Amino acid sequence: MTIQSPKGRKINLAGLTRRLREDAKAQGLALISPTLLYLIIFMILPMILVVVISVLTRGTYGNIEYRLNFENYKRLIDPLYLRILTYSMWVAGLTTLITILIGYPLAYYIARAHSRQRSLLLFLILVPFWTNFIIRIYAWIMILRTEGLLNNLLINLGIINMPLDILYTPLAVQIGMVYEFLPFMVLPLFASLEKIENAQLEAAADLGARPWRAFLRVTFPLSVPGIVAGSILVFIPAMGMFVVPDLMGGAKTMLVGNLIRNQFLTARDWPFGSAASMLLMLLTLAVTLIYTRKAGFGEDLLV
Amino acid sequence: MSEKKPSLFLRIYAVFAYAYIYIPILLLMIFSFNTQKLNIRWEGFTFHWYEVLFQDQEVMLAVRNTLIIAIISTLVATVIGTLAALALQRYRFPGYTFSESLLYIPVIIPEVVMGISLLAFFALLGVRLGLSTITLSHIAFNVPFVTLVVRARLHGFDKAIEEAAMDLGANELTTFWRVTLPTILPGVMAGAMLAFTLSLDDYVITYFTAGPGSTTLPLRVFSMVRFAVTPEVNALSTLWVLTVFIILAIGQILQQKNRNINTKKERI
Repeated sequence: MTIQSPKGRKINLAGLTRRLREDAKAQGLALISPTLLYLIIFMILPMILVVVISVLTRGTYGNIEYRLNFENYKRLIDPLYLRILTYSMWVAGLTTLITILIGYPLAYYIARAHSRQRSLLLFLILVPFWTNFIIRIYAWIMILRTEGLLNNLLINLGIINMPLDILYTPLAVQIGMVYEFLPFMVLPLFASLEKIENAQLEAAADLGARPWRAFLRVTFPLSVPGIVAGSILVFIPAMGMFVVPDLMGGAKTMLVGNLIRNQFLTARDWPFGSAASMLLMLLTLAVTLIYTRKAGFGEDLLV
Repeated sequence: MSEKKPSLFLRIYAVFAYAYIYIPILLLMIFSFNTQKLNIRWEGFTFHWYEVLFQDQEVMLAVRNTLIIAIISTLVATVIGTLAALALQRYRFPGYTFSESLLYIPVIIPEVVMGISLLAFFALLGVRLGLSTITLSHIAFNVPFVTLVVRARLHGFDKAIEEAAMDLGANELTTFWRVTLPTILPGVMAGAMLAFTLSLDDYVITYFTAGPGSTTLPLRVFSMVRFAVTPEVNALSTLWVLTVFIILAIGQILQQKNRNINTKKERI
C-alpha cells in the first residue's frame, strides 16, 4: 500500500511498518514521542519562557517590555524579600522535621503490624493523603478559630476564660502545614521500613545487640532512603505553598509562594515574579541534589 | 519487616497518631449535620445543608467542570503515558536519559512555578483561559505520574509471552490487544486512577490556568472556605472524603484480588 505524503512524495506504508518493526530504536522513539512532544510544549517551553521573562522589564501598566534587565534579581537581595525567603525555608524545614518526628514511629508501627492489619493501617493513611488539601485546612480552621471547637472546649473545661487567638498566626500556618504533609512523609518511610529483612534484625540480635542498639545501627540506617524521599516530598511543596498561609496565616505570614503569586496576579510584575520563581526553583533543586547525593536514593521517591 | 508485636508504647503512640489524623476529619463530617448556620456549637441534627449543597448552582457547575477536565485529561495522559512507559521499559533510543529525567520535573518543581509558567505561556500565545487551558495543563502534570506508575508495574512483565503469541502467528496489533494490554492493564488502571484523582484534587495549577466560568470544585471550595465557615462547606467536604474513601476501598479490594490470583499462579 502506498500513500501520498503532504509534499507529494509517495511513501510505501508496508515498507515503513516493516522498517518500524525491525528497528527497535525507531519503535522506542515512536512510542515516546507523544509524551516527549507534549512535555516539551507544555512544560519545558513555559519554563524557558519564565527564564526569559525574569530578565525583562516591567512596563508602567504591568505589561512586559522587551528590555534586558537584571534588576529583578538584585531586588531579591533586598532585606524585605530575603526575609520572606529565609522564613519560607524555616517553615518548610520545620515542617519536614516535625513530620519526620511524628511520622517515623507511626511508619515503624505500620511496618511491624500483622500483615492483615497492615493494609488497613496503610489504607487509613491513604485516605487523608487523597482528600483534597483545602478540605483538610478547613477542618483545622473550624478547630482553631476564635469561636472554634478548641476554644469552646477549653472554655467549657474552665482552662481558659478568654478564647486563644491561634488562627491567623504563624503557629496556625505551622499546624496546617504539618497536618497537610504528614501522609507524604509516612508513605515513603513505611516503604523503606517494610523492605528491611527480618533476618538482618535477627542477625543483630544474635550478635548480642540490644533492641535500641539494633534500631540505631541496623533499622535506622536502612530507613535513610525513606527519610530522604519523604523529606523531598514534603520540603519542595512546602517551599512553594501559598494556600495554607492564605487561609490560615491572615496577612501576617508571607511565604515565597505568596510572593510569586502576588507578583503575577495582583502586583502584575511578571519579571520580578519570574525572578523569584527562578530562585525558588534553584533552591529546591539544590536542596534535592545535596540531600540525595548525601544519602543516595532511588525509586523510594515514588511510592 | 518482622511481625513481632510492637511495644506497648508504640501501640499507644499509634492510637494518638491516628486520632490526630482523623479527629479533624470526623469533626468536619459531624458538623455537616448541624442545624446552626454559624456552626459554632452543636445545636441539632439536620440534612438541610446537603439539600442546600445540591441546589447550589455554582457548586454543581464546578462539579461538572471538574469532571470534564478530569475525564479528558485522564484519558489523554493515560494513553500517551502508557506508550511512554512501554518505550522506556523496553527500548533504548536517542534521548532516553532526557525523556527519563523529564518525568521527574513535576516531582521536583514546586507547583506554583509550574502554574505561573503555564499562565505566562498561555498569555504569550494569546489563548483565552478556561476549561481548555486547565485541561491542557492537567495533562502535562498527569503524564509523568502515569508513566512512572505504569513503568513500575511493567517491571515484572515477561516478554516471552508476547514472543510466544507472535510465534503462534499473531501480528503486532493482535499481540498488543490480546496479550500485552490485558497483562499490563492493572498498571494502566492504577495510573489512570492516580491521574484522575490528581486532576480532581488540583488547586494550584488550576488556579493559574482558570478563566471566568471555568471554576472547578477545589477553586469553589477555596472561595467558600475563605468567605465563611458554614455547614454547607462541611457537607461538601463530607461527600468528598466519602468519595475518596469508596474509590480507595475499591482499588484496595481489586489489588487484593489481583495479589491472590498472582499467588495462586505462583503455586501452580
